[in-house]
Amino acid sequence: MNANTASRKLLSLICIIGGAALIIASLVLDVMGDGAPAYGFRGAMLVVGIVALLFGLYLFPTLKYHRRLIYIIFLFPLLFTFAVTVIIPLCLGIFYSFTDWTGIQYTQFVGFGNYISMFQDPQFIWSILITFVFVVINMILVNLIAFLLALLCTNGIKGDGFFRAAYFLPNLIGGIVLGYIWQFVFNNVLINLTKTSWLVQTPTAMTAIVVVYIWQYAGYIMLLYITGLTQVPKDVLEAAQIDGANARQTLFQVKIPMIASTFTICTFLTLTSAFKQFDVNLALTGGTGSVANFMGKYLTSGTQMLALNIYNTAVSKNNYALGQAKAVLFFIILACVSLIQVRISNAKEVEL
Amino acid sequence: MVGKERRTRAAILTVVGILIAVYVLFPFYLVVLNSFKVQADIVSSPISFKGASFSQFVSNLSSVVNNSNFNFWRALFSSVVITVISLALLALFGAMAGWVISRNNKTKWATAIYLIFIASMIIPFQVVMLPLVSTFRDAGNFVGIPMLSTIPGIIFAYCGFGGAMTVFILTGFIKGVPYDLEEAASIDGCSPEGTFFKIIFPLLAPVITTVTILNGMWIWNDYLLPSMLLGLNGKYKTLPVAVQSFVGSYVKQWDLILTAALLAIIPMIIIFLIGQKQIMNGMIEGAVKG
Repeated sequence: MNANTASRKLLSLICIIGGAALIIASLVLDVMGDGAPAYGFRGAMLVVGIVALLFGLYLFPTLKYHRRLIYIIFLFPLLFTFAVTVIIPLCLGIFYSFTDWTGIQYTQFVGFGNYISMFQDPQFIWSILITFVFVVINMILVNLIAFLLALLCTNGIKGDGFFRAAYFLPNLIGGIVLGYIWQFVFNNVLINLTKTSWLVQTPTAMTAIVVVYIWQYAGYIMLLYITGLTQVPKDVLEAAQIDGANARQTLFQVKIPMIASTFTICTFLTLTSAFKQFDVNLALTGGTGSVANFMGKYLTSGTQMLALNIYNTAVSKNNYALGQAKAVLFFIILACVSLIQVRISNAKEVEL
Repeated sequence: MVGKERRTRAAILTVVGILIAVYVLFPFYLVVLNSFKVQADIVSSPISFKGASFSQFVSNLSSVVNNSNFNFWRALFSSVVITVISLALLALFGAMAGWVISRNNKTKWATAIYLIFIASMIIPFQVVMLPLVSTFRDAGNFVGIPMLSTIPGIIFAYCGFGGAMTVFILTGFIKGVPYDLEEAASIDGCSPEGTFFKIIFPLLAPVITTVTILNGMWIWNDYLLPSMLLGLNGKYKTLPVAVQSFVGSYVKQWDLILTAALLAIIPMIIIFLIGQKQIMNGMIEGAVKG
């Protein structure tokens, strides 16, 4: 037992010292290097070094700190990836939105310059406008259709399992693929009924995006309503029946009030997801569509919603700082919506 | 009388249900049907069986699969590797972090970490995507491990982005696991890490299924993140990225595009047919908890 502990201590020390040495050596190589990234053994050295250091610390035989150490090791992977992919880019992004960042470097601060210039661009105002219209229309239509589908599927019809699965199916497929499939449907199939394709004119093209979005999303929201409806207690429904309530009264005065929380969840799910809509927008219309006169300008991207506008500003037009500023605004709007949601759900819970 | 009325009503509802199902499934039918045809027949009669033949399907299939922009097997392989490894790491790391947070939920630091994770769930990808690319480029140069256009890099990013929701759901579940179990193990001389892996982790199977379904649906279908980190013409492409770059180079070639779309949706349909119940339940639980 004693020898075991001693050898363990030795191994632990070797790992700690070796690991630290490897980490320092790889960092020194990095700083000393002539700038050209020598991939390969430098990265491997660093990873081996970190693993060895952590392993050494893990073996280190002090019972008192052991638990705390395990906690640190257990939290480390997620916290580290989270910091590198979310926290650091978020802070940098907010910072870059006040500079003339090019995606690689920045030379000077421009204050609120990016924020001012984006509001002078009619195309961007248009994007905000149609995004809000899109969100409101979808929030109403998706919830209404999904709720009706849920009523249909919980009405004791035969094969409701099949119907649920069928209605949910489009939700499994990514927006890019769906967008192209529907582009085909509008341009080659429905064109026989509509004469000109819906995707050509801006208003019909926006309608097309709404149709595809409902087709994709209503099945999922329906599942949530079905869950809500089936969780309404049986005895409450029986009581309503004994009191002589008809089907409509049961629906409006018992079921709907009892699934109020489901309505809140579904409303905000559709709201945030419609607001972030990108894939279908890109694949179905690519943002194209003309607008004859908006704020005195002719627009060529009539169906370009906010998320796509941000992407195009940065990636296609290569204006990273402006795109980043738009993204920060996008984030602020979403954060406000989410705060309102938290407020509403909390208020509801107090009532109940 | 009442019974008859009810039966007619049920019949009407069933018909309505079938009509809606036909509408919902119709685009899928078009995809399958038209990948059996040549371009000319697709354009002239997209709904009918005219011109559909199995040999044409094989020919469409081979020209899509071997296309250098689509490269189906390679894209499928990248998608599977990225999704599976990300899901496994998220489940493991998420459970580890969730366990630590829920067992220290009275301390300030654990509460702070938990709140930061929850708050970060409202951050849209758009606000971090541009600096993410530059951060990954710089970090990759600094540590000597390339992070852009590589599979480890994108898996790293998915662990970072999926972490918050995973930890949120897992922490909620682990809080409900009785602490007595761990105390008993600890008295028997089990180390904390042993307790976690031998006792807690196996108990998490149902909730890990839920987070895996939620993360899996998102990662498999995600377009924006891989298009930013892997690039549209990079060495590795996930299936959505491959479809986008394929369509970009074959505008209006519907015989090829629809066959590519068919290939891209088949894996998900197969998985759905196998695990239908679990997938639908997972999506419901995720929404209700999130």
